[in-house]
Order: sequence, then C-alpha cells, then structure tokens
Amino acid sequence: MEPVDIGLWGVPLAILGGAIRVSTPFIFVSLGETITERSGRINLGLEGILVFGAMAAYAIAVMTGSPWLGVLGAAGTGAVFGLFHGWICKFPKVNDIAIGIALMLFGSGLAFFFGKPFIQPSAPDLPAISLGWWSDIPQVQAALSVNVLFLIGAALAFALWWAFRHTRAGLIVRVVGDSSDAARAMGLNPDTVRLLATAVGGAFAAVGGAYLSLYYPGSWNEGISSGQGLMAVALVIFARWNPLGCFAAALLFGGAGALGPALQSVGVTQGYYLFYAAPYILTLAIMVATSSPGRSLAGAPGELSITK
Amino acid sequence: MSERASPSAGAVEWLARRAEAFVLPLAALIVGLLAFSVFLLFLGKSPLQLFELMWRGGFGSWFSVQNTLSRAAPLLLSALCVALPARLGLVVIGGEGAIVLGGVAAAAAGYALSGAPAFVGIVAMGLASMAAGALWIGAVGALRHYRAVNETISSLLMAYIAIALMNHFVEGPLRDPASLNKPSTHPIDPAFAIGDIPGMDVHWGLVVGIVACVISSILIEKTSWGFAARIAGGNVRAAQVQGLAVGPLIVGFCALAGGFAGLAGMIEVAAVQGNANASIAAGYGYTGILVAFLARHNPLAIIPVALLLGGIDASGGLLQRRMGLPDATVQVLQGMIFLVILFSETFYGRFKAFNPDLWQRRR
Repeated sequence: MEPVDIGLWGVPLAILGGAIRVSTPFIFVSLGETITERSGRINLGLEGILVFGAMAAYAIAVMTGSPWLGVLGAAGTGAVFGLFHGWICKFPKVNDIAIGIALMLFGSGLAFFFGKPFIQPSAPDLPAISLGWWSDIPQVQAALSVNVLFLIGAALAFALWWAFRHTRAGLIVRVVGDSSDAARAMGLNPDTVRLLATAVGGAFAAVGGAYLSLYYPGSWNEGISSGQGLMAVALVIFARWNPLGCFAAALLFGGAGALGPALQSVGVTQGYYLFYAAPYILTLAIMVATSSPGRSLAGAPGELSITK
Repeated sequence: MSERASPSAGAVEWLARRAEAFVLPLAALIVGLLAFSVFLLFLGKSPLQLFELMWRGGFGSWFSVQNTLSRAAPLLLSALCVALPARLGLVVIGGEGAIVLGGVAAAAAGYALSGAPAFVGIVAMGLASMAAGALWIGAVGALRHYRAVNETISSLLMAYIAIALMNHFVEGPLRDPASLNKPSTHPIDPAFAIGDIPGMDVHWGLVVGIVACVISSILIEKTSWGFAARIAGGNVRAAQVQGLAVGPLIVGFCALAGGFAGLAGMIEVAAVQGNANASIAAGYGYTGILVAFLARHNPLAIIPVALLLGGIDASGGLLQRRMGLPDATVQVLQGMIFLVILFSETFYGRFKAFNPDLWQRRR
C-alpha cells in the first residue's frame, strides 16, 4: 500500500496509534503495581521483572514457536520474582523500597545473563486485530492495528476496578493495605495477602515485558525497556490506586512516548532527542502537581511506606 | 554505665558496639558469594575457577590492582551521592543523571576555555560539573521537602531526563563534526587532561574520591550540620521542633551529593574519555548504590567497599574470555550481594554477642 500524504494530520494520528501501541506495558505494570500497593507494599523492582519477563517470553517463543506460551511463561517468572519480593519483605526491618531497587538490578542482570543467546534469533509475534478496516488510508489502518494484549489489559482494568469494590478478595486486599491491625482483627494474615498481591503484581509486570519483546518493538535486546516499569509505579500514584485511572494514565503516557517518533516521521529533527525525555518529564510534572507536603494523598493505602 | 570496671572492659564494650556494623555486612557478602556459587554450579561452571579469576582480574597483579583502583574512583563519588542523602533518610538512586550532566558540563567548560592555563581549565571543569550535579540532585531534595515528591522515583526519572539531555547535547549543539562513528562533544584542551598519580597507572580521580569521602565523613561526624542531618534523618518533626532548618539541610546535602556525582562525570571526561559521549553513562551511578548500601552509608567504609566492587567490575572481561560467561555475570553477582545485604538488616540487634551489656554483666 502506498502511504497517502496526509500532512500534519500524521502527527495526532501517529500519537493516537502510538498511545495504543506504547501504552500496553504501562497498563499491565500499573495494574500489577496497583494490586501490590493496595495491599500495602510497594515493589519498585517491577522494572527488573519487566525486563526479565521480556527475555523469558522471547526465549520461550523462540524455542516453542508459540508467542502465547511465551506470555504465560513470562507471567510465571514474574510471579516467582514477586513471591521472592513478598517473602523477603515480611521480615522486620527489611525495607521494601530498597529491596525493589536491588530487584531492579538483579532482574535485569539475570535477564541479560540468560538472554544473550536470544538476541539473534527472531521469535513469532503476538497477533494484532485490525480495527481500521473502515478507512482506505494506510496510516489510519496502521494506527488502529490493535494488539490482543491491549484489549486484555483494558478488560482487566475494568475487571479489577469492579473487583476492588464488589468482591471479597478485593475487600481483603484493601483492608490489609489500609490497616494491618484491622486485618489481623478480622483473622487475616497480612503477610500472606501481601505475598500473593506482590506475586500477582509481578506476573502482570512480566506480561507487560512480554508485550515489549513479542509485539512492540518486537525484539529482545538489552535496551528493551526504557524505564516503563518505573514510570508505571509513578503512574499508579497519579491514578490514585484506581485501575480505571491507571488505564487512562497509561494511554496518556503512551501518547507522550509516541511524540518523539511521530515528530520525526514528519521531518522534525531539531531537538529530536529532547522529545524522548517527554514521558519522563510528564511523569515528573504529574508527580509534582499531585503531591503535597500538607496532606497525605487521597485514596492512598494507609500502610504504604511511600506516602508515609 | 558509671561502674566501668577496667579500661579493657571499655574496650570490649566499644568493640562489641562496632563489631555488629562490621561482621554482619561481611557475613552478608560471604553469603552472597555462596549464593552465586550455587547459581554457577547449576550452570555447570566452577565457582572456584570464577573466584580465582576474580582475584586475578581484580587484585592478583600490580596491573590488575591499578585497573581496580581506576574503576574505584568514580564509584567512591557516586556512592557518596547515595550515602549523604541517606543520612537524612532519603533514598536517592539517580546519581547516574548527575554523572552524565557533570560530564557534559565539564566537557563544555573544557572546550570553551581552550588555551587557558591548565589550572584554570581544570578548576573550571570541576566547578561546572559540580554545579550541574548539585542542581540536578538538589532539585530532587527540594521536590522532596517542599512538594513531598518521592525522591527515589523522581531521582531515577531525572536520570532518564539527564541521559536524554546528554544525547541532545552530544548529537546536537555540542557535537564535534569530526566524531562520525561515535557522536561526541568537541575534545577538551589536552592541557586540561587529568594525569596519573606519579609511579602508578591510576589517574588523580582516585585521590579526589578518597578526599571527598574523608570530607563527607568529617561533615557528618564532626560538624553541627552533620549532627542536624542525623537528627532530621531520625525524625523530621523532632528536628523541626528543635528549630532546625530542615529544608535547607535536605537541599544542601542533596546538592553536595549531586556535586560529588557530577565530579565523577568530570573525571571520566578529563581523565579517561577526553570528551563527553555516551560512554560516560557507564552505570557507575547504579553500582554506586550498591557500594553505599554495603558501606551502610558510612563515607569512610565506602573506600574499601568501592575497591572491592571496583575489583569485581575489573574482572568482568577476564570472566567473559576464560569461562565463556556473559558480561552481565558481574551484574547478577552484584544483584545477589545487594539482596543479601538488605536482607541482613533484619538481623541487627538480634545477636547477643553484639550487645555491650552482655560483656559488662560477665565481668
């Protein structure tokens, strides 16, 4: 298909397409972190888990020929990392933020260690659904080619939002996150709940990594992640621990991430590297705008160390 | 404790009090190495061979010792970038950003002052790099105190922004058109290059790093600012009630920390690279986090720990060639040590042998 010249319309279109394409890892990581943080723990190591998940998914897809087995395998490894984080943080005086930093270094180190032989071979991609069939313009079709994982992520955001409000499991996670003492009085074991919540969070983050290596950008190398795992943690605070907010914020971040390549595609090359900083600057600006020294954050789980 | 029996009892008590801070990290280090040995055994590699190569690559010969010392120099400074804010209870992990911006600022100053006397050029490069780093990490401290923005996340975001800025300068306004394959800034005047310590193949950056650690130690242990920082690190409210200016204290400590990290960037430019390019983002900022945590944020303890990790770093190439291990091996080992060190925090105060009272009662 010949690209049709659509002039500057290409920029918003590329940002829309980019928002859908780039946001998926943010959706999964931030939903996972929401579950973890709602239980009262913070896992900064999701960045390392995401990188390891990207490697595991790619390696499994190369060896089995099935990208979906890769996604499942990645989720499994993410859950193992999450269990490890949850287990080690239950000991007194062990700092969950510091463990997260260590896990960030360890997870990516391990991913580079085992991922070395998989940089060359190519793995099968995850399938995409074309939602742009109604248009003749190839750019529109490209922008609306939506990956299945994006749709699953969107569905999960709604499901979690509902589950936090209306299910027993959602209530248990919220109680443990708001007050360990209240949870103990109800006969719940906060450590067990947090262990499981961190494991689920790890699995989600690893699926986000699988999307990176199996769909967009769709290859495995040591620079696969540009801090998505970390930005997603900041995004959760911005979204006020609300899964639907996470989904919206992820789209916003995806759009910001697509700004650089979109401008480059219409020939803007001046200050091009600065646009790569856009998502980080946006994250920082949002953190500054939404934090306040006077009051604690609305909707913050009471046991969360990051807001204390 | 007025009934001190004899001078030796006091010595034992002193020893018991300090031994915990020494023995536990050492034990954690050994457990980390053992865990890594198990990891290697699973892969069918010999841990003994690994440790032998690590010794040879890091400390075994005069050549490798000099290599280790050169690598330790930036680690000393980047570890201070974590250790100083930690005294105030802040976990700042974005030292890498201050390093790369310090490097860019130093390269710009070194190019702009071409032809000036060497002393002027070097001092200007050092000041420019420290100013850039201080601005960067000082901003993290200010956001923390005045806007309650989490400093761990903001400092890492700032590091990503700093790397984007570096790419912008190196590929754009400051690019040397002659650097085709590897975009770099214009080279600094060769007269501004930092030379080697006489009799060694190690540049002066090592001395700068050690001096910075000693200054930091004096600042924390012997001055009223250091004392105020320790109070604020223990309890911000209590410090404010005492009338301490917590805000300037936090911003000042963070700015100094960033200044040291910026200086590490200047040393990379002036002693190693000769200009600023993507190689100055070599990950020293991240290894520095581990150094600071291993040293329990004690500036003097940073010196031996930086040498140890510099040695592990230096042996990476040898491990790759002799054992066919990927270059990430060192990172895996560092990650394992880091996790065990953090886990060991739970054992402080749990062992009776480290309790000074026990030694008193026995007497």
